[in-house]
Amino acid sequence: MPEKEGMSLIVKEVARLIAPPIFIFGLYLTLTGHLTPGGGFPGGVVFACGFILVVLAYGGKRAFRRLPPEGASKYDSGGALLFLVIGLIGSLVGGHFLYNFIQAALPGTVFHLLSAGTMPLINIAIGMKVAACLFMVVMALTLFRLAGEKGGES
Amino acid sequence: MITTLYIFIFFIIAAALVAVETPHALSAVIALGAVGFGLSIVCLFIGAPDIAITLVVVEILVLIHMIRATLQRDIITIMGPFSRLNVIATMLIFGIGVAFFYQVALQLPPFGQAVMTLIENSPSRFYLEESLNQTGAASAITAVLLDFRAYDTLGEATVIFTAIIGALALLRRTVKRERKGKGAGDA
Repeated sequence: MPEKEGMSLIVKEVARLIAPPIFIFGLYLTLTGHLTPGGGFPGGVVFACGFILVVLAYGGKRAFRRLPPEGASKYDSGGALLFLVIGLIGSLVGGHFLYNFIQAALPGTVFHLLSAGTMPLINIAIGMKVAACLFMVVMALTLFRLAGEKGGES
Repeated sequence: MITTLYIFIFFIIAAALVAVETPHALSAVIALGAVGFGLSIVCLFIGAPDIAITLVVVEILVLIHMIRATLQRDIITIMGPFSRLNVIATMLIFGIGVAFFYQVALQLPPFGQAVMTLIENSPSRFYLEESLNQTGAASAITAVLLDFRAYDTLGEATVIFTAIIGALALLRRTVKRERKGKGAGDA
């Protein structure tokens, strides 16, 4: 049964097929930033683009049941706090702000996923932050303007 | 050197206080510009010329935009006869600038040659040689971004965070006003 929200059935089906690989690619870029080109910023951008694709294809209401904008705000602040907390733990343990304390204590094998100490954690924090930020930017620019247009009509 | 640094830091603090406390919008904008230029000079003192250049450029752009936004009447008409002295002075300053630029361009390394092949103990060579041993990260770029220069990355993340907070605050206020008007219309 076709819903009124969102775009046509073809767009919805294509988005249903394409969105999971986009999310996985975003996660891959974020998690392997210390091994290959990539990192938190591009990974977060790819992740946010996946969300924006879902919102465009399925309409706002159904997508926001999964990720409400208030939740995005929490992810944004959580990413920033995680970054700061890692930095502060480094300054408590090693004496410098953002000291790579995990690498100093347990040096991982190079080219393995669990290596480079705090870097994967900081990449995850940046990825969360950037994804939530970009999602909120697009939502702020489209959703709020739609609300304003509706208010103008009434 | 340290004394000069402290003088500039106190100048920045004083300008920030002026920017917060002054009742005039234009004075606040000019005081903010003083904060930015003071900060760029401080960056020069602590050995970060790239950040100082970026700060100066951003400061000039922001100052122009904010003065344009705060000034109500910005139509400036210059009356009087055409001044030949102004033209000569402008050409002279431009020529001096071109001469300095030419002198600097002669000092630059040839195109495509990395600076780290010319300078001993350059930071880029240090990063490439030591990033694997000191951080254990296979990607040297990530090692620079998240270990050697992680403080800069934190600054960039803070910039994004502040920008989205400002955008949401600015855009959400109008929405709340619309919603209030809509609710009143429904009731």
